[in-house]
Amino acid sequence: MAEPDEKAQAAIDEALAREAEAQAGSEEYSLSDDRRVKTLSPTALVVKRFLRNRVAMAGLIILAFMFIFSFVGGVVSPYREDQLFYRYDDQNKQYAGVTRNTDFRYITENDSDFPSVARAKIVLALKSGEPTFEAGDITYRYEEVGEDFYAIYAGDGDYPVALATYNTVSNSLSNDKLPFAFQYAILLAATNGKTSFEYEGKTYTIDEAGSVMDGATEVAYASRYVIRAIMSDVFLTRMFKEQLVEAIDAGESEFHFTDEDGVTAGYTISFDSATQGWSVMRSASSKVFDTYSPPSWEHPLGTDRNGMDMLTRLMYGGRVSLYIGFIVVFIETAIGVISGGISGYFGGWVDNLIMRIVDVFYCIPSLPIIIILGAAMDALRVDPQIRMVYLMLLLGFLGWAGVARLVRGQILSLREQEFMVAAEATGIRASRRIFRHLIPNVIPQLIVAMTMNLGTTIITEATLSFLGLGVKFPFASWGNIISDVNETFVLTNYWFIWIPAGVCLLSTVLAFNLVGDGLRDAFDPKMKR
Amino acid sequence: MRKYILKRILISLVILVFVAFIIYLLMRCLPTSYLEQVARAKSMQPGSKSFEEWMEQLAATYGMDQGIIPGFISWCGRAVRGEFGDSWLWTVPVTEKFADSVWISFTMGAIAFFFEIIIAIPLGIIAATKQYTKVDYIITIVALACFSFPTFFFASLLKLVFSVHLHWFDLGGLIGRNYEQLSAMGQLLDKANHLVMPIVTLVVISIGSLMRYTRTNMLEVLNADYIRTARAKGLSENRVIYHHAFRNTLIPLVTMLGGSLPGLFAGALITETLFSIQGIGFVSYQSMRSGDIPFAMFYLVFMAILTLLGNLISDILYAVVDPRVRIA
Repeated sequence: MAEPDEKAQAAIDEALAREAEAQAGSEEYSLSDDRRVKTLSPTALVVKRFLRNRVAMAGLIILAFMFIFSFVGGVVSPYREDQLFYRYDDQNKQYAGVTRNTDFRYITENDSDFPSVARAKIVLALKSGEPTFEAGDITYRYEEVGEDFYAIYAGDGDYPVALATYNTVSNSLSNDKLPFAFQYAILLAATNGKTSFEYEGKTYTIDEAGSVMDGATEVAYASRYVIRAIMSDVFLTRMFKEQLVEAIDAGESEFHFTDEDGVTAGYTISFDSATQGWSVMRSASSKVFDTYSPPSWEHPLGTDRNGMDMLTRLMYGGRVSLYIGFIVVFIETAIGVISGGISGYFGGWVDNLIMRIVDVFYCIPSLPIIIILGAAMDALRVDPQIRMVYLMLLLGFLGWAGVARLVRGQILSLREQEFMVAAEATGIRASRRIFRHLIPNVIPQLIVAMTMNLGTTIITEATLSFLGLGVKFPFASWGNIISDVNETFVLTNYWFIWIPAGVCLLSTVLAFNLVGDGLRDAFDPKMKR
Repeated sequence: MRKYILKRILISLVILVFVAFIIYLLMRCLPTSYLEQVARAKSMQPGSKSFEEWMEQLAATYGMDQGIIPGFISWCGRAVRGEFGDSWLWTVPVTEKFADSVWISFTMGAIAFFFEIIIAIPLGIIAATKQYTKVDYIITIVALACFSFPTFFFASLLKLVFSVHLHWFDLGGLIGRNYEQLSAMGQLLDKANHLVMPIVTLVVISIGSLMRYTRTNMLEVLNADYIRTARAKGLSENRVIYHHAFRNTLIPLVTMLGGSLPGLFAGALITETLFSIQGIGFVSYQSMRSGDIPFAMFYLVFMAILTLLGNLISDILYAVVDPRVRIA
């Protein structure tokens, strides 16, 4: 018995407490007292209805977020709108080309001694096994002096005019050509597997890899590989060449080499079947714009194609989009309210004239016109900042027809009401009657229309910027941020460039529409809720 | 009725003249240096006319050597006869290029229009009949979201999902790589395949406003007295909604849809550009970008005519469909 009693008591206490709270600070009213009924002004009713609309509230929250994001975000962000970022990047540069000899190379003292006809003839002679061959008027003979190494004599001469070999001899000390006789001596030694030879009174040693040493210094080397540097100012050292040949022989595609200055660089080798050679790329680190870098702690949304911080651009872009939206809607509304107000109030020929002008503006295809003017401004290289002003003015002047129609329609019915008769009776000016008495009554519809127009204007601006005809670099706008998606590789690889901007744009416009829709419902006195 | 229609047509013609005048003014206001720059670039092309010839042609077509009013009148005279000159970009008469490109735009527009109607109207009706329920909220939010989607963002998302990741469709263009090798049926299917994404884009972008419009009008009708009467008679809810209410909702719907019929020829500038379909929208976009004045002028006038025609049709339909509207 005790428990339910306690519960009832608690309920009564609570009710009493609530009542006391409600009446605290005010006297007790009698039951019939009007003050007992809580009355709300029409505005308060509208606000109440709006606040109860959850969808519209969601829109309002999104908008609040977007405003903070765009206007405060730009201030808080550590970067500037057009701050460029750099990174060190390994860039692969063509460094050297390698070919392995599969044809004879001819070494001559002077080219005229062994013309190209003779070069062709010797190949035929070697195939058929003939010991001599003729080219021009000269009879040549050849002699195999080493493995795949032939010395060619002209006529009865006893010193070779040319050497045919698969190997090449390179100077290790400079890019200068070695004397013919020296090359002959080296090749003789190399192809016969000798380890030392004499030339001009000096003794040189030669190892298996083909290095020719004068004591401890290397002077030349013989190899089947021809290695040349791509850039003329680069001298390839023997060590490098040796390591490169080793890597190629081992079938490796990468190797590292430390040169005399102690700089280590990575090299990649790739075989090119077209030239039957290898090309060697040297990767060297250089400072480049930090373009399209993926999201990281420094750049939460990565960087764009110019190496600017995406999140900061997004904030400034939102600012531009919202600014343009507000200014355009302001221009539209100002022109629309004035012309619609005059038209609706005066009626008759004034109304007819203004409404025909409205019809004309209604028919003007605004997007194509802005595209044409944008292209003209592109060609004339108009400053991006001035362009932005033109864009706003154009959008505003081409878009007021709808507002004018709305205002006129409302005023046509309002001006027949009694309060206007009263206003007229007081003898105030027509302009005052229109703008002090009529227009305020249109404000609910105007606010709704303006909110919705903000959404459409932002889309229009974004579309133009997307096409590259609206807001231009270096200024950011959500539209021109997304326009990077026109590059297919951005579309496929860099979602962080365009999806966030699109989401911002979509949610802002959606929020404006939700709020506008909620306001329309809230302003509507017929609404049940 | 005939008098009313005649009056509307006359007013439309007057408006058209004014719109054309503004468009003409705009062209005349373009800085001469821009026109010269375009003409110079044209004359640089191999086998092109000389710079002087281009400028002469421009001056002849638009009466540049005369004052603004006489120039406008002479241009109008030629435009009425269908002489819009030769396109600078496409190097064929403007009207020929237009005839080439308008049908693909119309096909796209018509298909999209059809889907728009069969999706948006039923959803709008459902939302109205279930006002303030979850269904209504969802439909409203979806409608507003569709309405708020920037075309280019939606199209890019479609491309990312369906061509990049799923490989169902090509990124753009109207015909595939092996179009020439296909049979007649295959060619048709290939084109249809390429049109799927643009049409989906068009439908989604435009569905929202029609859905909202249907809902608003349906709600208005549902609050009418005759609906209460119908319910009071004990008619089934289905009959009330689909027989009595829907028929009355048709009045504004038919008016609006009739008014948007001419728009089917207007092409979809953004969508066609994004999917590089050579419809009237993309063709004129390229023309406008490259300073092809003759084509741009034609396109502007064409668009203005379509808008006027749309207004005219919806005004007339309104008078025809709604027996209460009888303007002497």
